[in-house]
Amino acid sequence: MNTYPISIRPFGLHAVLIEWPNEVEETILEDIIRYMGQLKTHLDNEIWELVPAYNSLTLIKQDKPIDFSSFSKQLKRWYEEKPEVLANERFLWRLPVCYDLDFGIDLEDVSNRMQLSIAQIIELHTRPEYIVYGIGFLPGFMYLGGLDASLEVPRRQTPRLKVERGAVGIAARQTGIYPQESPGGWNIIGNCPVPIFDISKTPPCFVKVGDRIQFYAISRAAYQLRTIEGEVGIYQVEKIKLDA
Amino acid sequence: MLKVLKSGFFTTVQDLGRRRYRSMGVPVSGAMDHYSVSKLNMILENEVNAAVLEITMTGPTVLFEAPTHIALGGAEMSATLNNEPIDNHKIYKIQEGDILSYGRLEKGFRAYLAVKDGFSTEVVLGSRSLFFPITKNRCIADGAVVPYEVNRAFEPKISAYKVDSLLGATILEVYRGPEFDLLNDRQLEQLFGTDFSVAKENNRMAYQISELLAEHQFSMLTSATLSGTVQLTPKGKLIILMKDGQTTGGYPRVLQLSKRAIAILSQKKSKDQIAFKLL
Repeated sequence: MNTYPISIRPFGLHAVLIEWPNEVEETILEDIIRYMGQLKTHLDNEIWELVPAYNSLTLIKQDKPIDFSSFSKQLKRWYEEKPEVLANERFLWRLPVCYDLDFGIDLEDVSNRMQLSIAQIIELHTRPEYIVYGIGFLPGFMYLGGLDASLEVPRRQTPRLKVERGAVGIAARQTGIYPQESPGGWNIIGNCPVPIFDISKTPPCFVKVGDRIQFYAISRAAYQLRTIEGEVGIYQVEKIKLDA
Repeated sequence: MLKVLKSGFFTTVQDLGRRRYRSMGVPVSGAMDHYSVSKLNMILENEVNAAVLEITMTGPTVLFEAPTHIALGGAEMSATLNNEPIDNHKIYKIQEGDILSYGRLEKGFRAYLAVKDGFSTEVVLGSRSLFFPITKNRCIADGAVVPYEVNRAFEPKISAYKVDSLLGATILEVYRGPEFDLLNDRQLEQLFGTDFSVAKENNRMAYQISELLAEHQFSMLTSATLSGTVQLTPKGKLIILMKDGQTTGGYPRVLQLSKRAIAILSQKKSKDQIAFKLL
């Protein structure tokens, strides 16, 4: 079990920001999630919201201001406590992506720029198990880490005003799915027909920070079927439980 | 039911907002000027979370189809009830068939219409606040109906109140944001020594500031943001996240507005002047 030199600072009167070393590191994320599980046993979830991302955890309190000096000491004590083994259920989600050129509108461009065939791009993109380092920007938008270095292509010079819902993009060291139609500057290489954020489901977003994502390629026919399933809400997402 | 004959520029239903879904990337939403809304709900003896209409820049014309009581607040927007001028911060008894309409925007930017017991529109993820695509609609359209419960029995304890109006305030009180320390002397001097004006890019998600600070090259990992977080882009642009603002961001968070400062800024429009004061 790693322990890190964490910093605890006020973020306005109603939030506290806890930071780990400034690195994208799986073991740091593990420690954040472990600590988050521990905090959930101490803090009233009617009052507190916890937002993890990369190397930070932000605790946001509704209504009354936080007494920072006593609360930060308490947080420090909790962090240093010998943690009991907490069952943080985590999953690997396998998500289908159609890499047809109609969806992967930047595939040919990426292929030219990176000197890779489209088949190689698909192979490189579907191989890793990506780690969900954060969810934000849009409801259900996942910050995924673990993109193969040979797919590190810069963002597009001019962002598109409209990127389709489900669009799968790559930019710099990141890959992700646009959960809703949105402006966007990433290179679009495919489309995922599974709704990542669905208000008719509880919880509306099945993925949590710390989960893993792996993509697999599907045909256009399979894509159409999955889209219809998504629209009527009967889709299943393949998941594999990860060991804590 | 409230029948919306004309919806105005941008009219939405708002309560205190959507809590507990930030970790899934869902903005909090809720009334921008919570200060005005809490007063209205208080005089109507409503629950603190009762939903109101938030009326931006130009107001709607609405027809009440059932008796209730209403109160108006926030921006001054020369409203009339059946063609008679009515005031903010006063309770009015409503009969079936009454028509409320709004005229010129006099002061501020967002007006509120509160009704006894609040509007009873659909609750999505714990809130009635409209935010697309969490809710089906972005705002209220012409011809829409907004439900509320009939209330004939209410006898208000107070009929009006004096407000300590925030509409004329220009000073935004701020705390140090998490990345405050990366500001250099030049940027600090600009931030606290000059006045700023609201850019035309201002809405429920964020208010941008027209004047630029000195550029910087600091990059950081994406981390949580709050309503009232002031981000500084590498080009020196200040972006103040508001109630529909994104829950995470990658720009340095140099300042954090107090709750009162968020309410003050919510009543500002393009070209209005503001200044920051460090608490």
